[in-house]
Amino acid sequence: MTAWPAIVTLPVLLGLGGCGEADTPIAQRVVGGDGTAGRAVVMRVGCGACHEIPGILGAHGIVGPSLRHFARRSMIGGVVANQPGMLVRWVREAPALAPDTAMPSMPITENEARDVAAYLYTLR
Amino acid sequence: MRRLLAGSAVLVLPGCEGIQSALAPKGADASLIAQVSWVVFIGAGLIFALVLGLTLYALLAPQARSSWTASHGFIIGGGIVFPVVTLTALLVYGLSLTGSVGRSTEVPAVRIEVTGEQFWWRVRYQEHGGKAAVDAANELHIPVGQPVELTLRSADVIHSFWVPNLAGKLDMIPGQQNVLSIKASAPGTYRGQCAEYCGIQHAQMAFYVVAHPPEAFERWLAERREPAAEPLADLVKRGRDLFVAVGCGACHTVRGIDASGKIGPDLTHVGSRRSIGAGMWPNNAGTLAAWIASSQHLKPGNKMPSFNVLSGTELRAVATYLESLK
Repeated sequence: MTAWPAIVTLPVLLGLGGCGEADTPIAQRVVGGDGTAGRAVVMRVGCGACHEIPGILGAHGIVGPSLRHFARRSMIGGVVANQPGMLVRWVREAPALAPDTAMPSMPITENEARDVAAYLYTLR
Repeated sequence: MRRLLAGSAVLVLPGCEGIQSALAPKGADASLIAQVSWVVFIGAGLIFALVLGLTLYALLAPQARSSWTASHGFIIGGGIVFPVVTLTALLVYGLSLTGSVGRSTEVPAVRIEVTGEQFWWRVRYQEHGGKAAVDAANELHIPVGQPVELTLRSADVIHSFWVPNLAGKLDMIPGQQNVLSIKASAPGTYRGQCAEYCGIQHAQMAFYVVAHPPEAFERWLAERREPAAEPLADLVKRGRDLFVAVGCGACHTVRGIDASGKIGPDLTHVGSRRSIGAGMWPNNAGTLAAWIASSQHLKPGNKMPSFNVLSGTELRAVATYLESLK
């Protein structure tokens, strides 16, 4: 019993705190990604203009797909597999992976893309 | 309601605490208004505490000691004389301090026409030093420390122009022009908002005022006089051609290409603005695409139809073109 708190808090101590990353399966953890920072990037850039994003006020867009349960989705944009490496590329440079997509290249850095990906995997 | 509240919450500019606050004055008029406000807040607070104290005293103190609170002299003095003197003094103080608010005897360095329209702000920098007027929208750029004369009009219903950090509010009334003089005391970005209910999207009718050092302002204005940037990348060229082909030019002007509509905002330098949809969303290719494809979903009741006839690549091309118009 005494081992429980240590197991629960370990991921938090490892810098995966906030936004429920502790619930993110290992396969979806984004190296160097900080979900809390990613959420701030999503709000600053205005992803919600196109996407419905649960938990972000005003994010009720209808141009792109809803990001509800995004972490459980198999494909990104119906084009590439929903894997962390792909997602980091997609959120920054979607047209490079899907030339016909309406989603433009977004004005974020590589590190911010990692944060955004980490955030998206909290949408379970 | 949720939707109405939504947009303004989404547009979060970093490090912008107090950019829309009458208690953080960054202009001469706003300072006067803030000063009067503080006198009223503190004075009213003190008087409120005094009245509460007297009430408790009258209720709780032994009657022999508190009977003076029921005397005629005290009731007339505290109930009539005190309020008349205090409120008259406040009126004289307030009027003498703020009588000149909104007006200026100085010759304005810049004259700008601002027209309220449902639900955005048409902006025109008037001829200046022999140079042509410049049309813009939803953003006002002004030089710091110089008087700026704003001519306020309305194209439809009554709006009210309010930038709390810089000045008081002044209505924009159809068929009339009101003049407001403002002067920013510090460089920075301030947020303004329509302050008179004007229709379904009243709450989403905001704008930004950017105060530059005077030389930077002149440079900024000179850049805005230039026609739209010539596209370099293929996607951007395709976006420009589509912009014309789809008919965006029926409502929008982009100087330098075949687009000279006057119904909607001038887009010649739209990519350089801080927001789209009049303060609703940050400005980038993504939000521009969202606006083009679903403007009636994002801001129902605005005059622009949702253009959901473009393919993914076409939408991205037009949005990327608009973003490139710095």
